[in-house]
Amino acid sequence: MVVRLACLLAALMLAAPFAAAQGTPLTLASTTSTENSGLLGNILPRFTKDTGIPIRVVAVGTGAALNLGRSGDADILLVHAREDEDAFVAAGYGAFRRNVMFNDFVIVGPNDDPAGIRTQKDAASAFASIAASKSVFVSRADNSGTHKAELRIWKSAREDPVTASGRWYKESGSGMGATLNLSAGLNAYTLSDRGTWMSFRNRGDLDIMFEGDPPLNNPYGVILVNPARHPHIQAEDAKKFIAWLTGPQGQAAIGAFRISGEQLFFPIAAQP
Amino acid sequence: MSTILNAFAEAGALLASFDADFLAIVGLSLRVSLTAVLIACLIGFPLGAAVALFRFPGRGAVTLMLNTFMGLPPVVVGLLVFLILSRSGPLGVLGLLFTPTAMIIAQAILVTPIIAALTRQIVEDLWREYSDHLRSLDARPLDTLGTLIYDARFSLSTAVLAGFGRAIAEVGAVMIVGGNIDHATRVMTTAIALETSKGNLATALGLGIVLLVLALAVTASVQVINAIGARKAAIA
Repeated sequence: MVVRLACLLAALMLAAPFAAAQGTPLTLASTTSTENSGLLGNILPRFTKDTGIPIRVVAVGTGAALNLGRSGDADILLVHAREDEDAFVAAGYGAFRRNVMFNDFVIVGPNDDPAGIRTQKDAASAFASIAASKSVFVSRADNSGTHKAELRIWKSAREDPVTASGRWYKESGSGMGATLNLSAGLNAYTLSDRGTWMSFRNRGDLDIMFEGDPPLNNPYGVILVNPARHPHIQAEDAKKFIAWLTGPQGQAAIGAFRISGEQLFFPIAAQP
Repeated sequence: MSTILNAFAEAGALLASFDADFLAIVGLSLRVSLTAVLIACLIGFPLGAAVALFRFPGRGAVTLMLNTFMGLPPVVVGLLVFLILSRSGPLGVLGLLFTPTAMIIAQAILVTPIIAALTRQIVEDLWREYSDHLRSLDARPLDTLGTLIYDARFSLSTAVLAGFGRAIAEVGAVMIVGGNIDHATRVMTTAIALETSKGNLATALGLGIVLLVLALAVTASVQVINAIGARKAAIA
């Protein structure tokens, strides 16, 4: 009995710190690309230092982040799928949207480049030659911003790879990291944001095969979840965050972030 | 192969570093899973014992349910708890989503059927042995229940360990309801999933080794407590 009481006491002590949690932090729903690349870990502590407002990040795909906004489970969204973002605000789920930054997508693939995309002139023809040679391509297939960008490129290449799903077109249904692990294992092509690729360590025989075409641009926007729809949203602190992120301090912090000496995210808050 | 060897070096380095962030993750893993197991015991012991002892309509069905729910998929439980605790869900006003409390709730739901089902079997077996004796003493049902749970304590500790193993090892539920938030809801298993997705395979496996060491420590403490208890019982 003594033993059981001791266990109970110990467990209560373990549980006690939960009650002592400090003021409610802001919840930012963002994408795996901004979290896994280390950008948010780098700039968010500066925001908290400047303003005293704690902030926590739930890193999911853009589709899932928008859902967290719809259900009111996040205060702010930092996502990359412009059309969906505008629709989100237009439907009244978001109060407003601001430009934040852009980075770009790269087409990653096996070093021997079986589809010969290195020499293609644009992203659409690179995708077309992957489809023509039936080279293995791994798709995120998770409704994320990267997945949507990939589908746009397939469309402009006039290809419908989903008909080859399970054959040369593999739909992972996972985050960028898991998809890169799968691509490295299959020695396959995939579309990745540059940040996640640069900080990814299990590359196998993969490397960047194609980059630099305008359709590969990847702009990020920040959205305040509509407090009129969800009264518990911490609108005041959230607005301070958005002002900071799109203001001189946040923009400078984004521009100063480097991986292996290379700038990954380019501030664009001034653009419409 | 080198990744596997590096993993042991990573595990050693992590354990030796006493890094504050790392210890916080280990601490949260233990806090969440141990609290969930405690709650599961408080519900599962009496529930399992009651199903074992009392005759009531639908008893067979309850037993079937308990045994089936031992195999609840964590990701389904996680999704269910997520929808309930979401701001748009029935308990959204509590604001519990993405907190350790949400993780404890999800794991308690996963572990309770395991403890209840195993308790039912253990107590039922014990009841066959004791029933004549306890009936002759004319013991009240609640006393009988308490006596049987107490006398089954060594066997029940294995049920507790089975529950703890389930809780500490699962990633599906805590990932969904906790959100794997750094410095808030990141536990060992979600950290392993994160490092894997970053391609840091050696670090991920190193964390896995640390997790096993942790499970070993908890299991060993229960065995030691059991051994001491058994010796005392033998003397008495």
